[in-house]
Amino acid sequence: MTQAPEKFVGGGVLRKEDPALVTGRANWTDNITLPGMLHAVFMRSPYAHAKITSVDVSAAREQPGVVAVFSGADLDDEYEKHPRENPAAVTGYDLSLHDRRQGHTVTGETVESPEETKRSFVSWIVHDELKIPHHDPMAHDEVNFAGEPVAVVLATDRYKAQDAIEFIEVEYEPMDVVTDIEEAMTEGSPLAHEGFGTNEAYTWDLATGDIDDAFSKADITVKGRYLQPRLIPNAIETRGVVANPDPISGGFTVYTSTQIPHITKAVLSSYCGVPEQRLRVVAPDVGGGFGSKLNVYSEEVIALVLARKLGVPIKWIEDRSENYLATIHGRGQVQDIEVAADSEGKILGMKVNLLADMGAYLHLNTAGIPLLGSFMYPGVYTFPAYSFECIGVYTNKTPTDAYRGAGRPEAAFAVERIMDALAAEIGIDPAEVRRRNFYEPFDEPTDTPGGIQYDSGNYQMTLDRVLELADYEGLREEQRRRRESGDPVQLGIGFSTYTEICGLAPSQVLTALGAGGAGWETAKVQMLASGNVEVITGTTPHGQGHVTSWSQIAADVLGVSPDDVEVLHGDTAIAPYGRDTYGSRSLPVGGVAVHMAAQKVVEKAKKIAAHMLEAAEDDIEFEGGTFSVAGSPDQNITMTNVAGAAYTAHDLPEGMQPVLSEEFFFDPPNFTFPFGAHICVTEVDTETGFVKIRDYFGVDDCGPVINPTIVDGQLHGGIAQGVAQALYEEAVYDEEGNLTTGSMVDYLIPGAPELPNYTLERTVTPSTSNEMGVKGVGEAGTIGAPPAVINSIVDALSPYGITHIDMPASPWKVWQAIQDAQGQEAGTRDADRSGRPSQAPDSTDTEGGSYS
Amino acid sequence: MRRIQMTVDGNAHVAEVEPRLLLLHHLRENLGIGGVHPGCNTTSCGACTVHIDGESVKSCTVLAVQADGHEITTVRGITENGVWHPMQQAFHEAHGLQCGYCTPGMIMASISLLKENPDATEQEIREGLEGNLCRCTGYENIVKAVQLVQQHTDELARHAAS
Repeated sequence: MTQAPEKFVGGGVLRKEDPALVTGRANWTDNITLPGMLHAVFMRSPYAHAKITSVDVSAAREQPGVVAVFSGADLDDEYEKHPRENPAAVTGYDLSLHDRRQGHTVTGETVESPEETKRSFVSWIVHDELKIPHHDPMAHDEVNFAGEPVAVVLATDRYKAQDAIEFIEVEYEPMDVVTDIEEAMTEGSPLAHEGFGTNEAYTWDLATGDIDDAFSKADITVKGRYLQPRLIPNAIETRGVVANPDPISGGFTVYTSTQIPHITKAVLSSYCGVPEQRLRVVAPDVGGGFGSKLNVYSEEVIALVLARKLGVPIKWIEDRSENYLATIHGRGQVQDIEVAADSEGKILGMKVNLLADMGAYLHLNTAGIPLLGSFMYPGVYTFPAYSFECIGVYTNKTPTDAYRGAGRPEAAFAVERIMDALAAEIGIDPAEVRRRNFYEPFDEPTDTPGGIQYDSGNYQMTLDRVLELADYEGLREEQRRRRESGDPVQLGIGFSTYTEICGLAPSQVLTALGAGGAGWETAKVQMLASGNVEVITGTTPHGQGHVTSWSQIAADVLGVSPDDVEVLHGDTAIAPYGRDTYGSRSLPVGGVAVHMAAQKVVEKAKKIAAHMLEAAEDDIEFEGGTFSVAGSPDQNITMTNVAGAAYTAHDLPEGMQPVLSEEFFFDPPNFTFPFGAHICVTEVDTETGFVKIRDYFGVDDCGPVINPTIVDGQLHGGIAQGVAQALYEEAVYDEEGNLTTGSMVDYLIPGAPELPNYTLERTVTPSTSNEMGVKGVGEAGTIGAPPAVINSIVDALSPYGITHIDMPASPWKVWQAIQDAQGQEAGTRDADRSGRPSQAPDSTDTEGGSYS
Repeated sequence: MRRIQMTVDGNAHVAEVEPRLLLLHHLRENLGIGGVHPGCNTTSCGACTVHIDGESVKSCTVLAVQADGHEITTVRGITENGVWHPMQQAFHEAHGLQCGYCTPGMIMASISLLKENPDATEQEIREGLEGNLCRCTGYENIVKAVQLVQQHTDELARHAAS
C-alpha cells in the first residue's frame, strides 16, 4: 500500500487501461471462442425496397459444415409475443410493443391488440403522434433498406457459413425507392414502407418569444440552407456478439461490442422474453463506438434467440462492408435557418426548420437525435424569439441514430455559419458580431431561447483567448497580403464559438422529452479487508479511460493511491445497475457518482476513527488518507486501518454495520453545457480546390479536469472527426438506394497525413449541475470543428463572392464553386464522378441541389 | 489442404490449411493470437499489420500459404521477457491510444517505419502511417509517440557513443 499525500485529480496519470492494449492482450468480442460455438453469417437484401416473394434455404442446409439456416419467417415465433404489461418500469423505455398497431400512434393507455404484435427497437418516443414502422429483426415479406437481414446461416466455421450464403435463393419483387428526404415529403412520392400511408415519422415544434414580432422589427434578415451529409461512424472494431446459453440455470450471457450493456440487457429481456435476472450482458473490451454501439440491433436479438433455440453458443462478427449497411449512420439533415437582426447585428429572432433523415426504421434514439439539437441552435447567443420545427422523414436507407455529437454538431454548424453570414451582410468582423450577441458571463442556471437553462458560461473569455492564441491580427494581415498579391493559395480564418448540451441525465427532463427517463448513473465504492478499493461503475468505457479517471477521483477522496483502486465495469453481473456511456455523460453523471459514493465511505470511516481514537467526531480531521484528532496529530489512524477495523468489526460504534461499502445513484438537476472557441486556419489552392488545414486552435471549457492527457485525447479525436465531416466524409446513395460509398476505399476516413496538429488550451468555468463542477468533453470536437473549417474556407473564397460550400468541401466542390463564381464553364469534360464520391450526384450549384 | 510451417513470435508452427485461408485468420483462429485485429475487408485500416521477416504487411491481404517458411512477428512478439518494446512504452507515455483496437497494427507499422527511416520528419511519420486508420486519437499523440522513440534512440546512441 503506497501512502498518497498528494492529489491525483487534475494530473495526467498514465492510463491503467494501456498494458493489455499495447501488448495485444485485450479481450475483444471476436477473441471469444467457446466449445460447440457456431458462427452466424447473415444474408442481406441487395435491394433498398422490395417484396420478398420466396426464400429457399434447402440447398444451403446441405452445404458442408452448415448446422442450420433460418429465414425471417422461420424466426417469427422466437421473439416475445406479448411483452410484460409495463416493460417501461424494467427498461426505462416505453416498449409496450403490443399497443403500437401498424401506422397508428402510441396511445397513453395500453390497448389490447388483436392483430399481430408490432415490433420495434424504439425507445425515444418524441410524442404520441410518432409513427413507428413494424420492424422485425429479420425481414420476411418486405425489405426496406439495402443490407436488411433476410436469412442467417449457422456453421461450424465462418468460411463455411459464408460459402453457404451463396446457396440461399431469395426471390425479390423490387418496389419504388425513396432516398431523398425532400422528395420523400412531396405529394405522390414513393413510400419507404408500403401501406404506411406516409413518409413522415413526426413533426416536432418548439417556440419561445414572439417570432413574428422579431422579424417584423428586423433591420436585416439572413437565411442559410445547409446540408448535413449522412456519416458512417466507422469504429475500427466492427460490431459483434456471442450469445452463450447456460442450460443449467436457463440463463444467458451475451457478450457484445456495445456502449450500453445495461440498456441492452433490458431491451433484449423485453424483446426476447428472457427474464432480466437470468440475462447477463457483458461489454468486453470494445474498440470504439462513437454512438454506433449505442443501440440494440437485430443481430443481437437473433443471436440470443438462436442460442436459446439450439442450446449452443452463437457468434456473429460483422465485417466492414456489412457495418456500412447494418450499423446506424449519423447526421443526415437539410437545415433552413434564418435570423432577424438590427443594424448593429444584434439578433432579435431565429427560425429553424429541419428535415431529418430517419432511414428505414427507428432505432433506440433515432427520432430524438435531431431534437437534442433543438435547444442548441441559439448556441452561445441570447435573443428574445426562437422557433424550431423538425420533420422526421423515412427513406429506404440504413437507419440513422446517434453519432458523436448527436444533434448538437448540426445545431452548432447552422448557428455558427449563419453568424458568419450575418457578419458578412453587415460588413463587421465575425468575432465582433458574435461578441454583440454573447450572454454576459454567468455562473448560475440561466434561461435561454431554447427554453432550457444553461449551467454556466463565459464565452468572451474563450473567444478572447483563442484570438490571442491564433495571433488573429497577424493572420488577417497575411490574408490581406495574399489577396493583394493574387496568390493562387488563399488564406482562410474560420471561427466557431460553440456550446453543447451534454451530461445526458436529468430523469424528469428525459421522460418529458419521451426519452424514457432513467438518466441517473451509479457507483459503488467498497474498501476491501486489505484496505484496497473496488469501484463498481455503471458507465461503460470504450476508449475514454474511465478506469484511470475514476481511480483518480476515488483515490483523492479516500486518500489512497490510484494504483490501489480497481474499477469494474461493463458486466451486468458485476455492475447490475448502470445507464452506460454516451452523450458526454460519463464524468458529469458517472464520475460524480464515484465521488459521492467515496465521500459517504469517508463519512462512515470518520465515525469509526473517532470511536477508535476516543475523540468526538467533530474533532477528527482527515488529510492525505489519515484521520487525526485536531490539536494532537500524533493521535491518528490511516483510512486503510479503519477499513480493516470496519471489516473485522471487533469494535464498531453502537448500531453501526460492518464494512466500508457505499453506493450512490446520482440524478443531476440539469444537463451540463461545456463551451469553447475554435479557429481553423486553411490554405485554399484556388487552382485545384485543395484545402489544407495549416493550423487548428481551440480553447475549450469543460469545467475542472480530472486527467488533462485524457481530455486532450478526447478533443484531438473529436476535432479529427469534425474535420473529417467538413472535408472528407459522406455516405452517398444512388437513386436505387445502393450505398455507393460502400467501403473504406470510397468513404474517406482521414489518415494521419490528412489531419493537422492541434494547439489547445482550456479555461475552467465550473458547472452548477454537480458538486465537482465537471461538464464532460467527449463530443466537443465534433461540435466545434465542422463550422470552423467551413467558415474558414468560405472566408478564404469570399473575394470570389462565394457565400457557402456544402460539406464535405472536397477539392472538386471547391474548384466547382470557384468556376461558377467566375462565371466560367466548368469545362466540357464530364468529370468521372465514380471516382469522386464526395459530391451529391446531381448538385450543380453551390446553393445546394437536391440532397440525397 | 496445404501443409505449411512458420515461426510466429519465436514459436514454430506446422498446420494444414486451405489455400484461401488469410494469414490474419490463421494467426487468430488456428494459432489463437488475438492481438492481430480485423478492421475492414478492403486492405484499408491496417489494424491487422504484422511483420514478415521484419517487414510490415497487412495480414488480411496475405494468404497463410504465402507465409510458409517465413518468420512472423506480431505485437505479442515484441515484448522481451516482460520488458515492453520502446514503441509500446512510448504509446503508453504519449497517450497514443484510446480504445486500443488499432494499436497493435499501429505499433507494428511504426516500428517498421523507423527501421526504414530512423530520422523521419513529422510529415514522413504521418505519411508512413497512412495505411493505419485510427478513429479515436486524431493521430496527434500517435505521432508524438513515434517521435518519443526517436528521441530515446538518439539519447541511447549518444549514451553509447559517450
